[in-house]
Amino acid sequence: MAITRRGFIVGGALAGGGLLVGYALSPFSNLKRARALGAAGDEVLLLTWVKLAPDDTVTVIVPHSEMGQGVHTSLPMMLAEELDADWSHVRMEQAPADPAFANGGLARGYLAGDFQIPSALSGTTDFAMRKIAELMHLQITGGSLSVRATGVAGMRRTGAAARWMLVHAAAEAWRVPAGEITTEKSVLFHAGSSRQARYGELASAAARFDPPADVPLKPRERYTIVGRSQPRFDVPAKVDGSAKYGVDTRLPGMLYAAVRASPVFGGKVAGFDPAPLAGRRGVVRAVEIPGAVAVVADSYWRARQAVDALEIRWDAGAAASHSSDSIFKGMAEALKRGGLKKDYAFGDAEAALRTAARVVDATYRVPYLAHATMEPMNCTAQFSGGKLEVWGGFQDGLGARAHAAKSAGLSLDAVTLHHTAMGGGFGRRGPTLNYLEQAIAIAKQLDKPVNLIWSREEDLTQDNYRNASVARVRAGLDASGRPSAWLYEFTEKHDPKEATWIPYGIANREARYASGTDPIPFGPWRSVDNSHHGFFIESFVDELAAEAKRDPFEYRRELLADAPRHRAVLEAVAEMADWKSPPPKGRARGISLKESFDTIVAQVAEVSVGDDGRARVHKVWCAADPGEVVHPSGIAAQLEGGIIYGLTAALYGEITIAEGRVVEKNFPDYPMVKLADAPAIEVKLVPSGAHTGGAGEPGTPPIAAATANAVFALTGHRVRALPLRKQDLRAPPERWSPEHGTSDT
Amino acid sequence: MQVRVNGSAHEVDVEPEMPLLWLLRDVLDLTGTKYGCGVAYCGACTVLLDGAPVRSCSLPASAAAGKEIRTIEGLARGGTLHRVQAAWIEYQVPQCGYCQSGQIMAAVALLEANPKPSDADIDAAMTNVCRCGTYGRIRAAIHAAAQA
Repeated sequence: MAITRRGFIVGGALAGGGLLVGYALSPFSNLKRARALGAAGDEVLLLTWVKLAPDDTVTVIVPHSEMGQGVHTSLPMMLAEELDADWSHVRMEQAPADPAFANGGLARGYLAGDFQIPSALSGTTDFAMRKIAELMHLQITGGSLSVRATGVAGMRRTGAAARWMLVHAAAEAWRVPAGEITTEKSVLFHAGSSRQARYGELASAAARFDPPADVPLKPRERYTIVGRSQPRFDVPAKVDGSAKYGVDTRLPGMLYAAVRASPVFGGKVAGFDPAPLAGRRGVVRAVEIPGAVAVVADSYWRARQAVDALEIRWDAGAAASHSSDSIFKGMAEALKRGGLKKDYAFGDAEAALRTAARVVDATYRVPYLAHATMEPMNCTAQFSGGKLEVWGGFQDGLGARAHAAKSAGLSLDAVTLHHTAMGGGFGRRGPTLNYLEQAIAIAKQLDKPVNLIWSREEDLTQDNYRNASVARVRAGLDASGRPSAWLYEFTEKHDPKEATWIPYGIANREARYASGTDPIPFGPWRSVDNSHHGFFIESFVDELAAEAKRDPFEYRRELLADAPRHRAVLEAVAEMADWKSPPPKGRARGISLKESFDTIVAQVAEVSVGDDGRARVHKVWCAADPGEVVHPSGIAAQLEGGIIYGLTAALYGEITIAEGRVVEKNFPDYPMVKLADAPAIEVKLVPSGAHTGGAGEPGTPPIAAATANAVFALTGHRVRALPLRKQDLRAPPERWSPEHGTSDT
Repeated sequence: MQVRVNGSAHEVDVEPEMPLLWLLRDVLDLTGTKYGCGVAYCGACTVLLDGAPVRSCSLPASAAAGKEIRTIEGLARGGTLHRVQAAWIEYQVPQCGYCQSGQIMAAVALLEANPKPSDADIDAAMTNVCRCGTYGRIRAAIHAAAQA
């Protein structure tokens, strides 16, 4: 295919006819800063591509992975909208893990201040220090970024550029001004001469035209595809069993591997006796790899039985001394010790606390959480002729490819990565790739493809976890109960940086944190830091309302005078839940509000507490302002799912450490919300038209506080630690630290 | 031993204690049935054994011999989706989709035993885990399939 580069639009004719258009996001608005970090002047970033065939088929190439969030449908919708394509002709192809499909432009957006790249997703704590060359290896699906970055910046412009080229091809063919040509459903029209043509007929001719870099975009009022719920492309294969996940990889001569890694993080293999493997059917051999032993066999079950039969001696190392109790104690001590790092500061919170009429002081904590994707971690790898091929589900395909090359000691060119569907991601299949490293280490010792599948036990005990955290929050109230000071101290800061921000109008506010308190491997978990800051902040605001003897909705609303979008979302959820009406007998409602990934979400949970002292959530109302709505049903599904994911954590989720090991071994130890205890969820989208926000994560952060606040409204039991199932909610709250509780000064 | 899967007989040579899940996936290459936990908790491996839902990760292959096994691959007839599959599409139930083969098989078993299930019947029968949280849509799709 002949491709010519014209500025930032890459266009050309397809072999056999048709048009190919790519768009590169550039130049970036902060060119000087990017150059200082080593960017080349003509770098191509954020490439999005569309193919238009003579038979009118539109194929949109999506540089993101599908993990159920619907991005393989919502991004093509954004492109098709600007192209004025007939949606029934639109197809999707996932881009291979190749630099031509890098979304390094997301990174450039970060440099320009347009988007936030969660540094946890890039595997580094200081993203801006990375070299641009490394940014080119990003293909992130995470941070709820796909639609708000790739879609907004790339898909729309690519579609508009392709349409511009088609219009100009028609204008030339018909000898009429381009401005007189209209388009609808993949057909070009010229009213004055009553001529029309299908896109496919002019696709090849269009390849010769050179669109400007700033093709105008359609006004929202004219949208016919975006903003409507289109059936998702990935759904049919997920109802007939034909969708292929990483575990379903099948290759000629392929073997299966089961693994057991050191139960203590960072432990080493001290030795093992392979004798129990002798004579076992289908077993090829045991393979020692760093920190783990694997057995390779002709079926996964045989490999698993065999590895379980081995008695492996471990050199546990220093980490064996850790327990959840020792870690929480260390966190509380770190906060007490002081010398905390500055997160943000406005005004003088300490001074305002000293002069406040009343001080409210409470300490909260949350435990470690595992991701527990339904599909356990797995990866297939094959070495052949000095090259490595990898198959699996990855949230950052290019990042995984670069990681594989480094792990295998090969050049990037020698590694090919094949994407499969992902049986859940939630952050686990992003930057934390220990399963990929293991698959490579095993396959390196065999001359066949090896499909490594973790048991559920490995998956829960070898995860990279949502960090446990302790937070002490103090507020000073004036005589009327209005807060004048907010002092927020917590342990461990990851991402995104604004997770600790509050929308409420409090003049003196400061946040600071202790680091180095967490010895357990960390990984981004759906909404990352927002998951626990949502609980801490919104529980504490509820405590302030109670201290002020005010309705928790009205109290928040008054503090949002300067945050009209937040106030509108809060009012929307109160209206949905009919907040002012009394709840059914034996139930109470709690409210919560958290912005994350540029989407503002408010939730009301209606809760009862049974005779067993356990909370049950019957109903959740959820209002959200995602800026604009691309795929309404898709956003609603993501918010519903985010609520269930967060509710599982709030009610049940707890990974416990004992002697450096994870105690919870399988789902029965790490229970989850099932259908019978899933609340009815009502979602309302109240888009303000602001910058497009994310959808995959923002449903999760508010639900724990909404639930806990409802428990307080019902029973007077203030929940300051999660999960709820460990507490008898009829009894007074567990007092686990001396700072616990409310004090009047 | 001989197993009948989706109407076809297969002569297989496996250990009698190999769970049916791995016989289906690794020997017969029917990968639509999924491994989730291996301890019969999550239901991702649900198949029908003589019409009843079973968790194939914890059922020895020998217990399935001579019985009629139905998997997700055997649900559509002559290119027409089962009404439960059609309802799953109509309600856009799946997100990641990994648990949905098991969810659909459990729903098929429920509707075959109880053509018009109440919400309480659905609560009792649908005990499979979905980490994406598609439960509300699963419930709605079962009610819709019951009307179809």
